[in-house]
Amino acid sequence: MHIPDGFINGVTSAGFGVAAAGGVGVAVRKTGRYLSERQVPLAGLAAAFVFAAQMFNFPVLSGMSGHLLGGVLAAVLVGPWAGFVVLAVVLVVQAVFFADGGLTALGLNIVNMGLVGAIGGYALYRLILHLLPKRRQSVALAAGVAGFVSVPLAAMGFVAQFALGGTADVSLGAVLVAMLGTHLLIGIGEGVLTSLVVGAVMTSRSDLVYGAPDYRGDRTEELV
Amino acid sequence: MDRRNRIFFGVGLLVVVVFAVVVSQFASGNPDGLEYVAGEEGFLDTAEDHTLGDAPLAGYGENLTDNSAVNTAVAGLLGVLVTLGVGYGIFWLVRRRFPDHTKPTASR
Repeated sequence: MHIPDGFINGVTSAGFGVAAAGGVGVAVRKTGRYLSERQVPLAGLAAAFVFAAQMFNFPVLSGMSGHLLGGVLAAVLVGPWAGFVVLAVVLVVQAVFFADGGLTALGLNIVNMGLVGAIGGYALYRLILHLLPKRRQSVALAAGVAGFVSVPLAAMGFVAQFALGGTADVSLGAVLVAMLGTHLLIGIGEGVLTSLVVGAVMTSRSDLVYGAPDYRGDRTEELV
Repeated sequence: MDRRNRIFFGVGLLVVVVFAVVVSQFASGNPDGLEYVAGEEGFLDTAEDHTLGDAPLAGYGENLTDNSAVNTAVAGLLGVLVTLGVGYGIFWLVRRRFPDHTKPTASR
């Protein structure tokens, strides 16, 4: 899912670079408004987990693989804005140290996986959670379903960027259909992993989960 | 951090390291979704070489040693340390910068 340099032209890439930088600025401010002290280590851990999980490409069909995007996962654990920052941190580290994802494509990737994946994905999560029974188990299920949908959604982000500034002269419709089809399959892996990890954190420390219905930030310590 | 938190984050970090160092060894070498589509639809050749493609850890350490398992493990471990350090550092700073918003208050 990491766009290399060259797929999207310079003007479009630069535009998304500016948008991503502005988005990170806004997200940092918003994070400061709600992130509780106790969640700081969880946010750091979420960044490390998303990085580690993205190293594991799981096989999908023959000749293709997919990996966790982690936007919904991070957003449910530490909130949508901190989740966006988590994805931005991971993508910058990958591009700078591991040559994974082009430097000029950083803005494109941050928009697809951070803005669409984490913030869009979190909106989906809230919507799905609202429709499910008011039970603790619903959190992991809603996170899984939102994670699943977030992958084809992020893929559509790429298609939009390709429509705006794709350098190759190929059929946009064909790219759209192929991106949608493949990422619906990859989304299944995203859904399963997101659901498992959110479920594990809910079981052990639901008080730290931002997306849990009874989350109270720092007030929990006061109430205990 | 109290004991309960230390245990949680200790276990969490262990899971992350196991993922980065061990599980990553079993990663599929097949192209990911985007790369696959680019190949099928005929625009993979528009990809340019990475500007920092000669960095020591480029390609998750694929050129570090002759042993690919060692390369992946080293890249995974260092990547975890960097993302954890940068992530924790940024959120710690953000939390310092806006110290009052989530302080427990009776009025909230």
